[in-house]
Amino acid sequence: MLYKLHTIALLIYSVFIVSACVQTIPKDALQLSQESMQLRQLQTRAFSTNNEKKLLVAGAGVLQDLGYNIDESETQLGVIVGSKDRDATEAGQVAAAVLVAALGGGAMPIDKNQKIRASIVTRPSGKKQTNLRITLQRVVWNTQGQISKTQSIEDPLIYQEFFSKLSNAVFLEAQEI
Amino acid sequence: MKKIFAVLAVFLSLSLTACQTSSMNKVMETDSSQVQMRQIQSRAFSTTNRKGTLRTIIATLQDLGFVIDKADDELGTVSGTKLDGYSLRMTVTVRPRGKTQTLVRANATYNVTPVSDPQPYQQFFAALEKAMFLTAQEVD
Repeated sequence: MLYKLHTIALLIYSVFIVSACVQTIPKDALQLSQESMQLRQLQTRAFSTNNEKKLLVAGAGVLQDLGYNIDESETQLGVIVGSKDRDATEAGQVAAAVLVAALGGGAMPIDKNQKIRASIVTRPSGKKQTNLRITLQRVVWNTQGQISKTQSIEDPLIYQEFFSKLSNAVFLEAQEI
Repeated sequence: MKKIFAVLAVFLSLSLTACQTSSMNKVMETDSSQVQMRQIQSRAFSTTNRKGTLRTIIATLQDLGFVIDKADDELGTVSGTKLDGYSLRMTVTVRPRGKTQTLVRANATYNVTPVSDPQPYQQFFAALEKAMFLTAQEVD
């Protein structure tokens, strides 16, 4: 009976070890989906200008207004990359952690810091129009220094706010595509 | 029963050593066969428009949910990261192939594992083909 238990435990353990070793990419990680087209619309605006550089500079300016540091840029391809480190503490999580601690559950890790990354890409579209697309993502670390979230930012309001700031900066209307 | 136990114990220790002997050996490690990987990761397009190809690669990466990390026009490289509960890093390079073609090579890393499964690359090139309005040809 004891051997049986041992065997089962070892079996489960070895399966766990082997599966922990081989991490496989999700089947749809590089698959274009319906959702990717909706995201493209959300993240892209068309501007009536053929001055790509001016639009890119304005994009960099808005990123700086929002507190991002520029990490990389390649004007020849219309690319700017920026990031910022910010506090990620959420009141709800703090309240839950306090409750758990009060009930004797010990210290529960809560979100502490986050790194937000942005990449802006411009692309001429026809002779009198330039498209600009911004994509955002973030990584969140908890109080134990472990990564608790890695995600793309897909909230429409965030993108609307960015484009309203950008169109103010270039004195041009941002048109949806 | 004792035998099963022993076999499992050996298997377990083997699987553990298979995981990592010395982590230093990862520095020059290559996947399966290098030739095979190159084939899986490369496609040729009938165009000589290098800048256009690079820009289309950037747009395709954005379509697939990537944030661009780096782009270099002179080197012809683009890198991006996709975060979705995991971290997927891709580097795509472009170089001329003969007088009429452009060779595109992509390589992906899923968290800390290089991606050697052909399917994700097929999906990437399918998306790129659509954006390029050109057919991707496999190369030897």
